[in-house]
Amino acid sequence: MTAPSDVSTSAMASARWRPSEFAFWILVLACAFLFPSRYLIMTDILRLALFAMSLDLILGYAGIVSLGHAAFFGVGAYSAGLLALHGIINEPVIALVAAGLVATVLGFLTSFLVIRGVDLTRLMVTLGIALLLEALAERFSNITGGTDGLQGIEMQPILGMFAFDMFGKTGFFYSLIVLFLMFLLARRVVHSPFGLSLRAIKNNPLRAAAIGVPVNRRLIAIYTLAAFYAGIAGALFTQTTALASLDVFAFERSADLMLVLVIGGTGYLYGGLIGAVVFKMLQELFQTITPQYWLFWIGLVLIVIVMLGRERIHRWVLFVPNLIIRQLFGRKAVVAVPESDAS
Amino acid sequence: MFNRRNMLLAASTAVVAGLVAGAPARAEDTVKIGLIVPMTGGQASTGKQIDNAIKLYMQQHGDTVAGKKIEVILKDDAAVPDNTKRLAQELIVNDKVNFIAGFGVTPAALAAAPLATQGKVPEIVMAAGTSIITERSPYIVRTSFTLAQSSTIIADWAVKNGIKKVATLTSDYAPGNDALNFFKQNFTAGGGEIVEEVKVPLANPDFAPFLQRMKDSKPDAMFVFVPAGQGGNFMKQYAERGLDKTGIKVIGPGDVTDDDLLNNMGDAVLGTVTAHLYSAAHPSQMNKDFVTAYKKAFNNRPGFMAVGGYDGIHLIYEALKKTNGDTNGDKLIEAMKGMKWESPRGPISIDPDTRDIVQNIYIRKVEKVDGELYNVEFATFEAVKDSGKTKK
Repeated sequence: MTAPSDVSTSAMASARWRPSEFAFWILVLACAFLFPSRYLIMTDILRLALFAMSLDLILGYAGIVSLGHAAFFGVGAYSAGLLALHGIINEPVIALVAAGLVATVLGFLTSFLVIRGVDLTRLMVTLGIALLLEALAERFSNITGGTDGLQGIEMQPILGMFAFDMFGKTGFFYSLIVLFLMFLLARRVVHSPFGLSLRAIKNNPLRAAAIGVPVNRRLIAIYTLAAFYAGIAGALFTQTTALASLDVFAFERSADLMLVLVIGGTGYLYGGLIGAVVFKMLQELFQTITPQYWLFWIGLVLIVIVMLGRERIHRWVLFVPNLIIRQLFGRKAVVAVPESDAS
Repeated sequence: MFNRRNMLLAASTAVVAGLVAGAPARAEDTVKIGLIVPMTGGQASTGKQIDNAIKLYMQQHGDTVAGKKIEVILKDDAAVPDNTKRLAQELIVNDKVNFIAGFGVTPAALAAAPLATQGKVPEIVMAAGTSIITERSPYIVRTSFTLAQSSTIIADWAVKNGIKKVATLTSDYAPGNDALNFFKQNFTAGGGEIVEEVKVPLANPDFAPFLQRMKDSKPDAMFVFVPAGQGGNFMKQYAERGLDKTGIKVIGPGDVTDDDLLNNMGDAVLGTVTAHLYSAAHPSQMNKDFVTAYKKAFNNRPGFMAVGGYDGIHLIYEALKKTNGDTNGDKLIEAMKGMKWESPRGPISIDPDTRDIVQNIYIRKVEKVDGELYNVEFATFEAVKDSGKTKK
């Protein structure tokens, strides 16, 4: 069996930044300057990416399935909205963190329910929590604004310097920076011994327990962390749109998130990011072509993706780049599946 | 393995970057209208009616006005306000639209209001019916209606017609609360009594438990407001609970007996009295032609949402004629103020002070005409302003 030193070497090797990761982030940044007229949709993508990364943390690394992740998103969104509306915390960055923490508390409390079951139970429990919160938000419409949502949220400039503008430029860069920082944190976490132990739990909880991993405590920790991420995504949503209404808790939001990860893949952090981009672009494309029946086409594409399998699509997409690589560098072609078990 | 993964990342980002389309250039001789309506989800019928009506109008009147070609860009917001806001923003910034129009629900119309102000783009509200909407931006003009208009009228009518005790059932969101408050205000002022007040969640169309409470409180009539699309479901449950046999009449703003769904509601709906701006049975020649043309084109009866869209596009056409094709937002709004015309619903005008619609409100009773259910008008209150604002 592998000696401990090998484990840490391997872990450190996998934690190294790779050129393609640099390329990815440079490309993201480039998009900001290439498409100055598309800030809003790009901001939308960034928020969804952060939200998807949150689900990836529990699904891809710890194997917890959830159909109610919108619960934390919604709590983050309403917290940020209420903080701004009542002028409790005016500075967006502090409010963002505060809203994230509110979601964290909820995540911690509900994590005890979630760790009790296995997959199917977890689906029901998470779904139930989200529905519960939606009903509560509707019931206490004097606080949440009910179906009409919170009206009249006005965001103060970020750090007192950068005001949110109509074109969404500030909102975009703000979201991008938040996403990047959160990504760095997530990357650090999943490559830490803690992250490795999560993977052990995902692969076989019994064996993980047998080698001394405190399974439940680890699951609670990652679930709570994921709630923080989702809360931040929700707060970002409210801050960049100056809106928060009941649909932040909607089941569709949780379900969309699953689709994003189905498209992008789980367990390598970029899955949520890539999935969010592809999902939103598909949606935008079909909505432009047919505003009435776009749901049909989205559904069709998803079925095709599942039927063909991500691997095959990746192979097709990578066909031309592979060809170039083979010609230029004579290296073996690169076709791969980005799944957690790859490392 | 790592290399492969890297490649995948790089490749997918490249693909996506290619997908993002650039903004199209603006042509000087076209006038663009960004139409944002719900085409999917629970409010889809609103969007479809408005879209249909606009298509019909443009077929009848051509797509050029004052030498400019009219281009309508249709977007679906599924009645979710953050979609509306993003779409409105993109339409104004990227597509450089000269008008934004549509808005199926109040939160959507409100979400777009600050953008209309900032972009100096007229926002034509064709559906949403809360009083406050037009106060949120000096660039908002409404061609639909306000709940205050119909709710106050039905309250006055109820008082005059010997209805003493009323139970209310309204959807719990801004238009529903408007309807309730304005009804209550006029009804209690006239000596009526509210015996039971129930608010139904907007997203929960199960009326059964609420209807039981209505039945138990034994009112003379029940005042009902649900958004147009939920009327059918309401009437079905009303009949299932046997309320049609208890002699409790349904009264309310006309949303509950929207022409779009009315004919399929069954006989339980017979005798329902509502106050509203439009009925497909309105006896003017113009309306007869409109209904015939609409039925022919879309194989369906037009409802009040369709009329809101039809008048909205008419207003845009007329405003452009008046400014001679000038698309300056301020000039267009000035041109729209005080404009009067004959609509399928009857004579209407835009109040120059509030930019809200002034129209006749009709009291109608559901009756069978040639085997089909219609709202038959039997009394008219002329040139009703939005009392939500006039009272202030």
